[in-house]
Amino acid sequence: MKKSWVLFVPLAIMGLLFGAFIYRLTVPAETLIQSQWINKPMPLFDLPPATAGVEGLKSSQLADGKPRLVNVFASWCIPCRAEAPQLEALKAAGVPIDGIAIRDRPDDVAAFLRENGNPFDRIGSDQQSSVQIALGSSGVPETFLIDGKGIIREQIQGVILAEQVPEIIAKLEAMK
Amino acid sequence: MIAELGLALLWIAAALACLSLVAGIVFLRTGKDDLAALVRPASVAQGLLTATAFALLIALFVRSDMSVELVARNSHSLKPMLFKVAGAWGNHEGSMLLWLTILGVSGALVAIFEKRLRNDTLVATLAAQAALSLGFFAFLLFSSNPFKRLPVAPPDGQGLNPLLQDPGLAFHPPTLYVGYVGISVAFSFAVGALITREIGPAFARAMRPWVLGSWIFLTLGITAGSYWAYYELGWGGWWFWDPVENVSLIPWLAGTALLHSVAVTATRNALRAWTVMLAVIAFSMSMVGTFIVRSGLLTSVHSFAVDPERGTFLLALMAIYIGGALTLFAMRAGAVAEGKKFALMSREGSLVINNLLLTTILALVLLGTLYPIVAEAMGEKISVGPPYYNKVAGPLALILCLVMVAGPLLSWRKDDGKKLWSRLPAAAFAGAAVLFGLVLFGGKVGVLPLLGMTVAGVVAVASIAPLWKRNLRRTPLPTWGMVIAHFGVAVALAGMAAESAFIKERLVAAAPGETVKVDDFSVKFAGVSPVAGPNYTAIRGTLIATTPSGASFTLHPEARMFPGLMGTAPTETNEAALLTRPGGQLYVVLGQPVPGADGMSADRYQLRLWWKPLVWWIWLGGALIAIGAALSLLGRAQLIEIWRVRRARKAQERFA
Amino acid sequence: MRVRLLLATLLALFAVPITAQDRLPPAPYAYQQLRDPAQEAKAKALMETLRCLVCQGQSIADSDAPLAGDMRHEVRTKIAAGESPDAIRKWLVARYGNWVTYDPPLDAATALLWFGPLLFLALGGWLAFGRFRRGGTDGESEI
Repeated sequence: MKKSWVLFVPLAIMGLLFGAFIYRLTVPAETLIQSQWINKPMPLFDLPPATAGVEGLKSSQLADGKPRLVNVFASWCIPCRAEAPQLEALKAAGVPIDGIAIRDRPDDVAAFLRENGNPFDRIGSDQQSSVQIALGSSGVPETFLIDGKGIIREQIQGVILAEQVPEIIAKLEAMK
Repeated sequence: MIAELGLALLWIAAALACLSLVAGIVFLRTGKDDLAALVRPASVAQGLLTATAFALLIALFVRSDMSVELVARNSHSLKPMLFKVAGAWGNHEGSMLLWLTILGVSGALVAIFEKRLRNDTLVATLAAQAALSLGFFAFLLFSSNPFKRLPVAPPDGQGLNPLLQDPGLAFHPPTLYVGYVGISVAFSFAVGALITREIGPAFARAMRPWVLGSWIFLTLGITAGSYWAYYELGWGGWWFWDPVENVSLIPWLAGTALLHSVAVTATRNALRAWTVMLAVIAFSMSMVGTFIVRSGLLTSVHSFAVDPERGTFLLALMAIYIGGALTLFAMRAGAVAEGKKFALMSREGSLVINNLLLTTILALVLLGTLYPIVAEAMGEKISVGPPYYNKVAGPLALILCLVMVAGPLLSWRKDDGKKLWSRLPAAAFAGAAVLFGLVLFGGKVGVLPLLGMTVAGVVAVASIAPLWKRNLRRTPLPTWGMVIAHFGVAVALAGMAAESAFIKERLVAAAPGETVKVDDFSVKFAGVSPVAGPNYTAIRGTLIATTPSGASFTLHPEARMFPGLMGTAPTETNEAALLTRPGGQLYVVLGQPVPGADGMSADRYQLRLWWKPLVWWIWLGGALIAIGAALSLLGRAQLIEIWRVRRARKAQERFA
Repeated sequence: MRVRLLLATLLALFAVPITAQDRLPPAPYAYQQLRDPAQEAKAKALMETLRCLVCQGQSIADSDAPLAGDMRHEVRTKIAAGESPDAIRKWLVARYGNWVTYDPPLDAATALLWFGPLLFLALGGWLAFGRFRRGGTDGESEI
């Protein structure tokens, strides 16, 4: 019959459709939205202190020659509590850590630090998530590795696990 | 005992499906009539038994029999009765049983009522329907048994997603399912006709009522679903181009195309292969849609009860059915004569363009829905949403509406373009009037809504034109049906366009006693009070809306809190309050309390108020489309005629 | 390595529902409109095409999630400061990738998405054209 190849077009389209389905069933969707703001300078910001007795955070303070971590957290975030010991371990290893508290109140931050320890040199209060958005971050906790020039080199989404601690130290060391 | 009986009935029904399939195949191979005689009764019995099993499942939910796992997981003894019943299909297993019930009952109805087809085609159709059932029986019995007992019955159940505890939504999934699965009959007819090579007007006429019938339910289901999203999600949107919405729209688009092409095949014996393929596509898309929703393949605002593992089973089933049918089509359709030719300027010509545009829209909705997967495979994460569909599908849909203006006014085979124009002055005038009115007095209106309202004006007038100068009493029901359905499209289109062009939004934090202006309404926020529902607590706001003419109405939006039952998380929902007026709807949502300066006490509440002009026309239009299709079905199925003949026959027998 | 990834994913998933528990009032422009109706209309149109990062497929205009509220605040603040909607969209895409916009830009990866329907229409039109009887012959011929 003429144009008989046309009759196979629906079958071919179905094949493509099923290809997409099989791909999705075997490679599950990545649910985390990774920041695209990597290898770019820290966005400009000047955040007030998140609670009494701790310094606020300015972006200009992040380019002082020392590689560091910027931890995006919140007192109301339960996984952030699970992350506290790892941050303490990093702190003990001499890693400078700054914090950005998302949508938080001074009393709550103070209580959080009392219960979980304070590994932070400075904590900026980001009450309207504007720095979080400028960083391309979409959840708490998230941790950014910043080199000495204030360039963001890596984003870690979710809780830092104990076995990640030496890796992070090594990476920051390499940036020196 | 009820659960065990239900399971037993399912196994027997599955065996009957197996019998129909085997008997059908043997008959088609050897031509032995004695086996063919089994197929009809087996199909009827299978439908009956499956329906009984489904009724038993509902009985278990009504009795709150917590020893059954499905009931314990999805119900609670304190739930209102309506939601206990609806709980039976508000979950994966129950909805699959519902799916099978509709599949079985449709097969049974074909077996009982279909008299027009050749016997071998009918047997092939029923065997195809049995094959469909058999796969889903396997799925249900091996991987999602709804009647599974728990070793120890818990004291009470875990409840049901509060978002789904809504009377409208209780009946939304079954309606949609009747549509989804009803179209399986068209699929089976197509497969049957391909097997016996009987593709012609008789086949098209046999298939037509089934397409119409399931299309009515699809239309109602989508319309109701859109209304549900509108008032339940609390933001006043009525269509989000969300994956779950899209996959319900796709079978509807296929059904709409099929409805029109089957008309050409039935009346003019043309477009035969195309009609067969659309019948296959329509049910294939229903299965694909169910698969996407059930497997949680795509993130959606509407997704619930998802399980990727079952997705694999469904995918394999679909591959067999769709792949098999399309392969059969590719092998056989080449031998199907396409039928009579016709001019572009003819009823058939306009229907071909209609089908071309509808399938293009179908393809683009499917493409847009699945493209994020394709892009991710290429290493890019993207989102496809309203801007894409509005830009690409919007213009096509408007052109489609204009074709709809011309089609019914053209005669079959060949017509004259000049004559068409002579039939359209009133419609063209209406369109021009709307366009000028909007440009002069409408203020700033987007291009798409502007064209939408203009086209709606044209369609509204032109859709009535087929009744012009006709004896209305003698006008056949299908013509009435077409006129009403096409008019419904105009009504819905006008509603969509007017709502998006003229919507007024007010977001305020108001203290009790304050008055807010929205469009012409002044709305006084009288205050809030706590209320306790049957299974939730709520804060109920009282608002008094006053129109310019001085009429006032009280609205009660609620913020509801459903406690977490048996360890599940508590859920909050917003119940919007709606005030329907001739010109549109006032939509009011009570949001969060706003903490005062001390951060603790709340003296103000977030209020979201919208005036949505003509918004209810969207669903009125949907209802009109369904009513039109129902009239058409009544005319096509000739039920009245059959009833008259039977009564006359009975009367004769009495006198004989 | 796999286990860690799994754990990390699990913990990350954990973070999502708990996000709703913060005790701060919404940002000023999360639930408040701009005074200038023209600016508000621009902001609203833009917000309807931006995807909420922590929701199940909703735009930031239709979500009660705190982060969506903060993004609305961000958008309205930028619009009020005179930025164009396109510039704001670009600013967000630079941070979250094309995932954040419901209006996918035309590039190599999305060419099929934008031109596929046209291609389909053209192919279908070509096939359908063969169906029409050309000229004035009135034959009832079957192919």
